[in-house]
Amino acid sequence: MQFTEEHEWLRADGDVYVVGITQHATEQLGDLVFVELPEVGATVSKDDEIVVIESVKAASDILAPIDGEITEVNEALAATPELANTDATGEGWFFKIKASDPSQLEGLMDEAAYNAFIG
Amino acid sequence: MADLLRTPLHALHVELGAKMVPFAGYDMPVQYGLGVMKEHQHTREKAGLFDVSHMGQVIVRGSSFEAAATGLETLIPVDILGLAENRQRYGFFTNAQGGIEDDLMLANRGDHVFVVVNAACKAADIAHMKAALEPDLNVLQINDRALLALQGPASEAVLADLNPAARDMNFMDVATLDLNGVETWVSRSGYTGEDGYEISVPADAAEGLARFLLSHPDVEAIGLGARDSLRLEGGLCLYGHDIDADTTPVEGALTWAIQKVRRAGGDRAGGFPGADIIFEQMRNGAPRKRVGLLPEGRAPMREGVVLFASQDATDPIGTITSGGFGPTIGGPVAMGYVPTEHATPGTTVYGDLRGKRQPLTVSKMPFTQANFKR
Repeated sequence: MQFTEEHEWLRADGDVYVVGITQHATEQLGDLVFVELPEVGATVSKDDEIVVIESVKAASDILAPIDGEITEVNEALAATPELANTDATGEGWFFKIKASDPSQLEGLMDEAAYNAFIG
Repeated sequence: MADLLRTPLHALHVELGAKMVPFAGYDMPVQYGLGVMKEHQHTREKAGLFDVSHMGQVIVRGSSFEAAATGLETLIPVDILGLAENRQRYGFFTNAQGGIEDDLMLANRGDHVFVVVNAACKAADIAHMKAALEPDLNVLQINDRALLALQGPASEAVLADLNPAARDMNFMDVATLDLNGVETWVSRSGYTGEDGYEISVPADAAEGLARFLLSHPDVEAIGLGARDSLRLEGGLCLYGHDIDADTTPVEGALTWAIQKVRRAGGDRAGGFPGADIIFEQMRNGAPRKRVGLLPEGRAPMREGVVLFASQDATDPIGTITSGGFGPTIGGPVAMGYVPTEHATPGTTVYGDLRGKRQPLTVSKMPFTQANFKR
């Protein structure tokens, strides 16, 4: 699994990457109550604001971690946003993205580097 | 940033693992380990303990209760003189334009009026009272007492364990109660829409009392985050957001708090700042009104969201003043101001949420049934 400084995780799944937000991020955000996911088929660029999440406290944007095409979104998360709190790196995934520039993955952190980053 | 003030329970909050945030100049717990959602639900189901020591506790004393009440009625449009001994009611300071300078609680304590005001307004409120009241009335800020709120359906049983007299109090009753050997000033009130108590306790005994209450299996420490969602579901105003110096009690849907005796035609009508404007609006209606709003779907609409009459109208008609997710409702809830012609429950208005117009339905408040002991 790889991580961004925006507290997203990416996990390779065949030729796509599954993306979600980290346990650390969900702890900081508090209980999630609303998730607005991108459209399947959308072409996105790194740092585009493609997901809106709302916790009991505030709204936040989730940025596209890499360039690519959205191939699938987690409809269960839209119906049950707390999945991101209870199982951040499992059932709480957000979307799957097909990378258009795999070299962008090289700049991401591994788990040890991310843990050091959140210190 | 200036140093934040600390309540007498600050060390306990930190020990309990609270996330601390600046609020009205104080370092206050926004949530504990349970998180906002579970803290909210626990308060509705059992009992929550809140530190509200940042609020202002004030004694207004004259030659008699009547003297103090008469003086305060020149600043506050509610029936204070008519309060029976050891009864409390809600009120607000008005300004010359009929706007609300702060909302507060007033209690008849026999020989004085006990006033509880908002933290952010307390310095201004006290200065206002000192400047406006006759010099023979003494305005004394109580700085050596903490204020705890115990809220939720289990509150009565929890407090009655310490003093059975707590059980005999009705909503808005006030009493001096011995709790664990400490003299406390207790009111059966709160700001969550639940039954409960607010407990004024000497600062040096506050932590001991809080620890004792928290040792009860039904009691959890609850932060400001859940306090906000609880009061929002309860349809209760947050000063500085839902009401302020530019909103009148008529616009704020608070005329219920102005008793008949203080209204036009009453025995003690008027005599408070802005009475003419407030009476004119009570007769002819105000241009806008505070209403409850239920957004469709799951997306919360928060303070500042602009409201429109239709999907394509260009001119806004109002704004949301408080909004978020209501854990008991299980969906988003909000309140805000709309023109009176859009204020009838059932009316659909549209909020601009991230560039999209989302419908909301004007709704009666409270959103959740109030569970006061009457």
